[in-house]
Amino acid sequence: MEKPRIATTSLAGCFGCHMSLLDIDARILDLAELVEFHKSPINDIKAFDQHCAVGLIEGGCCNEENVKVLREFRRNCDILVSVGDCAIMGGIPAMRNLVPLEECLQEAYLNGPTVFNPSKRIPNDPEIPLLLEKVYPCHEVVEIDYHLPGCPPPADTLWEALGALLKGNPIELSYELIKYD
Amino acid sequence: MNKTVIFLLDGEVIEGSPGKTILEAAEDAGKYIPRLCAYKGLAPHGSCRVCTVLVNGRPQASCIQPIADGIVVESESAEVRELRRGVIEMLFVEGNHFCMCCEKSGNCELQALAYRFGITAPRYPYLFPKREVDATHPYILLDRNRCIQCGRCVRASRDVDGKNVFQFGGRGAGKRIAVNAAGGLGKTDAAVIDQAIEVCPVGAILRKRVGFRVPVGKRKFDHQPIGSDIEGKAGPTAV
Ligand code: SF4
Ligand code: SF4
Ligand code: SF4
Repeated sequence: MEKPRIATTSLAGCFGCHMSLLDIDARILDLAELVEFHKSPINDIKAFDQHCAVGLIEGGCCNEENVKVLREFRRNCDILVSVGDCAIMGGIPAMRNLVPLEECLQEAYLNGPTVFNPSKRIPNDPEIPLLLEKVYPCHEVVEIDYHLPGCPPPADTLWEALGALLKGNPIELSYELIKYD
Repeated sequence: MNKTVIFLLDGEVIEGSPGKTILEAAEDAGKYIPRLCAYKGLAPHGSCRVCTVLVNGRPQASCIQPIADGIVVESESAEVRELRRGVIEMLFVEGNHFCMCCEKSGNCELQALAYRFGITAPRYPYLFPKREVDATHPYILLDRNRCIQCGRCVRASRDVDGKNVFQFGGRGAGKRIAVNAAGGLGKTDAAVIDQAIEVCPVGAILRKRVGFRVPVGKRKFDHQPIGSDIEGKAGPTAV
């Protein structure tokens, strides 16, 4: 039988949630037996060429590229899981939602006390994805099937969740596995 | 006068003293009804609606509704749980709750309720409202981003501390907790030992320089769901 495929990505996140997945320690070997990793920063596969059973999304959407990737994941994965507070509610990047975007860029590139920027330009190269006016949780952009909160979610939460999905069961987390910090 | 009141709570016969609210009588019997604005020793407020129960089929705030003979109260049914869950989710999207860097995390009653209800994400869109922080007091921080307008600080300051430091200003979605001085909290007579500072259920009123003192794993709600203390000391009428 073919192994189920898992894809993962980091949108507006810090890779901490991916680190938490690696934190399942030796169980990662069991996981590698059970599944095949497809598009993911873990193996550096860049593009979908096969459909996946599960997509793990770290980070919310802060730019147009994030939205594009998230939609691609929705098209290519049967079950999409928001992993971590950034994916679920925007997390640390969403703190900028409390400040207008222009003001934010000016502070970061012109006025901040530690800024060194002799050109006095805010980066606007066409290669750089355009920022959205605010950071969006993933479920406000596409339909998300499950949410695993935490910053990052504990390794055991990820392990439990993946275990349930691979057995074809719904994810049901016990009290100790739902944490927002 | 001294006769007890007998009513039904989730199909169980409960005896309570006259004058008690449904929430109090349930608690005496070892039944926890979730709540946020209610606080022992403060006048009930009936504003957060987390303690909603069905009394003879009608939704009522159990923190202000007195018990009466023969009433049929529904608290832990799927319907009531769903109502409460919705209220808790609304409180998250209406404010700015970044738990990952909040000093109250692990000891916060709003967060603890969300854990108890197994909420992994709210069903409503996040509003990211603009709220002001008041850091003018040397020992106390007021961060309105996390305020859930429960009014505990208002009642405690007025009725326990005798100071009237806090009051609500504005209406509807623009309602905010306000302080009794133009120059901010630092210009009021708020003191770090005030009951008003103690009772805030969330990280909106915090004592400065004591944050993150308790390590993860040892905080109030890390292992025990909120309400466990009440459920643990069941009275004689409870099973
Ligand atoms: S939820 Fe926390 S750990 Fe995960 S990407 Fe966001 S900041 Fe990093
Ligand atoms: S007040 Fe409570 S719910 Fe809000 S950010 Fe702090 S810990 Fe989270
Ligand atoms: S500051 Fe705290 S106690 Fe006062 S209304 Fe807001 S949440 Fe309630």
